[in-house]
Amino acid sequence: MNDMTMLERDVTSETSKISAKNVQVYYGDTHAIKDVNVEIEDKTVTAFIGPSGCGKSTFLRCINRMNDTIATCRVEGDILLDGEDIYDRRVDPVQLRAKVGMVFQKPNPFPKSIYDNVAYGPRIHGLSRNKAELDEIVEKSLRRAAIWNEVKDRLDAPGTGLSGGQQQRLCIARAIATQPEVLLMDEPCSALDPIATAQVEELIDELRQSFSVVIVTHSMQQAARVSQKTAFFHLGNLVEFGETGQIFTNPKDPRTESYITGRIG
Amino acid sequence: MPTFWLVALLLALSAAGYVLGRNRALATAGGDARDLHSRPNYYGFNVLLSALVPAMGVLAVWLLAQPIMIENAVSAMLPDSAIAENTTRGLVMSDVRRIAEGLELAISSGAATAAEISALDAAKTDVRAFLGDLGVALGSDVRPDILAAAKSYLHQSQTGRTAMAVLTLALALCGLAFAYRRTHKDFRARNVVEWAVMALLILAASLAILTTVGIVLSMLFETANFFGLHSWKDFFFGSSWAPNFRGDSDLSILPLLWGTLYISFIALLVAVPIGLFAAIYLSEYASRTTRAVAKPLLEILAGIPTIVYGLFALLTVGPMLVRIFGRGDEGLLGVEWMSGATAVLTAGLVMGIMLIPFVSSLSDDIINAVPQSMRDGALGLGATKSETVRSVVLPAALPGIVGAVLLAASRAIGETMIVVMGAGAIAKFSLNPLESMTTITTRIVSQLTGDTDFASPETLVAFALGLTLFVITLGLNIMALYIVRKYREQYE
Repeated sequence: MNDMTMLERDVTSETSKISAKNVQVYYGDTHAIKDVNVEIEDKTVTAFIGPSGCGKSTFLRCINRMNDTIATCRVEGDILLDGEDIYDRRVDPVQLRAKVGMVFQKPNPFPKSIYDNVAYGPRIHGLSRNKAELDEIVEKSLRRAAIWNEVKDRLDAPGTGLSGGQQQRLCIARAIATQPEVLLMDEPCSALDPIATAQVEELIDELRQSFSVVIVTHSMQQAARVSQKTAFFHLGNLVEFGETGQIFTNPKDPRTESYITGRIG
Repeated sequence: MPTFWLVALLLALSAAGYVLGRNRALATAGGDARDLHSRPNYYGFNVLLSALVPAMGVLAVWLLAQPIMIENAVSAMLPDSAIAENTTRGLVMSDVRRIAEGLELAISSGAATAAEISALDAAKTDVRAFLGDLGVALGSDVRPDILAAAKSYLHQSQTGRTAMAVLTLALALCGLAFAYRRTHKDFRARNVVEWAVMALLILAASLAILTTVGIVLSMLFETANFFGLHSWKDFFFGSSWAPNFRGDSDLSILPLLWGTLYISFIALLVAVPIGLFAAIYLSEYASRTTRAVAKPLLEILAGIPTIVYGLFALLTVGPMLVRIFGRGDEGLLGVEWMSGATAVLTAGLVMGIMLIPFVSSLSDDIINAVPQSMRDGALGLGATKSETVRSVVLPAALPGIVGAVLLAASRAIGETMIVVMGAGAIAKFSLNPLESMTTITTRIVSQLTGDTDFASPETLVAFALGLTLFVITLGLNIMALYIVRKYREQYE
């Protein structure tokens, strides 16, 4: 781990974007998330780390209500996005998901052309008035996802024909094309090789300029490289949450220390 | 020796071989089964198979071949003069067979010895009365040349059967001895048995395929006969269907094909939207419990016999349609468009109902095969459920759904009972779905039922129709399989 980069880290924003209070999640009878409180700041990369099955992905999926698609899942407590409760009856999960984009563990481009993949979100949300504007959104998203140069000559080719790393960057482009405020990433690099991982990590750092990014990762090095804030989950509890540098160099909780030194996992 | 006892003996021999082989294998290993290459049962089965399979194979071939060969030999013995004017060689031969059976019965029941039978002379004894006493009734008096042929028949089949028994038993013993000698603790009996299992499976698979080939060939020969009697130009390109059992009929497939395709088209018009929407509901919207109840219920439709659908068409749907579209001022619409219950629409609607479970069940499987990550991707971008289904799930599942529809279409084209009862019997070209029309399958039924003469084109046309139908549905099935397979490659 490179200590220099960790010390250089500065948190550019102090405004809270998402705030979770006493969140409980149940899958049927299983209590998957226990009493989680967390403040996620704007224009910051927040990493969720922890052993498999600790509930970090579950919590991530609560933030854009993707858990609604699982029939047995039940969420209690408050999750506020810009001070508004996203589990309020008046909130439309469809609109929420347009504001809170998501990138999944396995690249999942639609079986459509690269252009149509990126244009999908803008089309369903009516973000463009004409073809020229749509072209612009697509190009901008692909550029920001650092894949424009690789695909600009074959926008009509199917998205499924790209390599794994390219597919994941295409999915990131697709997610940012709807102009979300928060981008959730569920282990976005776990299916990628080291070079593609490096490209995606670089991209995450760029995205911090405009979004609040929440990333779930199994790799502690990755959390240390890309995030400013880190939350450590264990057995459904949020054990520790703080500055990434502090979590990795000076953890307060003995469980965090055990995990980052590799004794539990 | 009767064949039954021969088979029983062979089985007993093989069973003994099993025990012998198993024991010998154990003996060579000094009674310790762990020293054997294979488990003891495999050595037993190896000996059993070596004894049984070749002997049974020869037995089966012999039983099939012997009657044909003797028949030919005896038939050649009969001079042309032995066949009277009002009969055929086949009829005379059946007399010969019957007399031979009677003579054999006489020997086995003790009414005469073998020597007495061979000395039997038609001129001196009344063979008809002699056999009549034994319960074998003959149609006419037995002439000397027929009796001679029967004696020869009897003699040859007795010799043949003895030879068969000796040969099969010898083969079984040889096989047993060979396998027994090979049985040793290092012999790889398991591999031999494994090979035999594979051979059995291959046999089963090839029997299924050969049957299909046999069906096609039999159709092909009859079709060739038909085209010998009737012009193929009229069959394929003529414009009217008017079979006339006095000959000189118009036998063109086109009006029938038109009826078939029209009814199938209406059936698909009903089945595809309903089936597809049901599949989308079941796979995307329904909760687990609803799905567990609704899917089997929908599939019950597939288990209803088509004759019941036919009754439904004839008694319920047809009269209902007449009430809507017919009866003049008394009808619901006050029009006089439909006169009888049998119509293209009646058959099409009911056939559509029959096809709903086909389309829905296949489409449901295909929609379920679309990876969840596709749905997550669309939902995560803020798409609604129906947007996700329309723009991501259905396009991904489309090739498979097309395949399902084509399979349903081939089922519709081949369907018989519903159209027999619901569509009527008039062959014509018409676009009016309220008229009755007929299909290829109903015409096959009507051409082959009743008193039929298998030498007239009016009957043989059924085979040409059947073969054409087979080719059409085969083509649709191949197309459907090709599309479905191509689709599968995408996600594996």
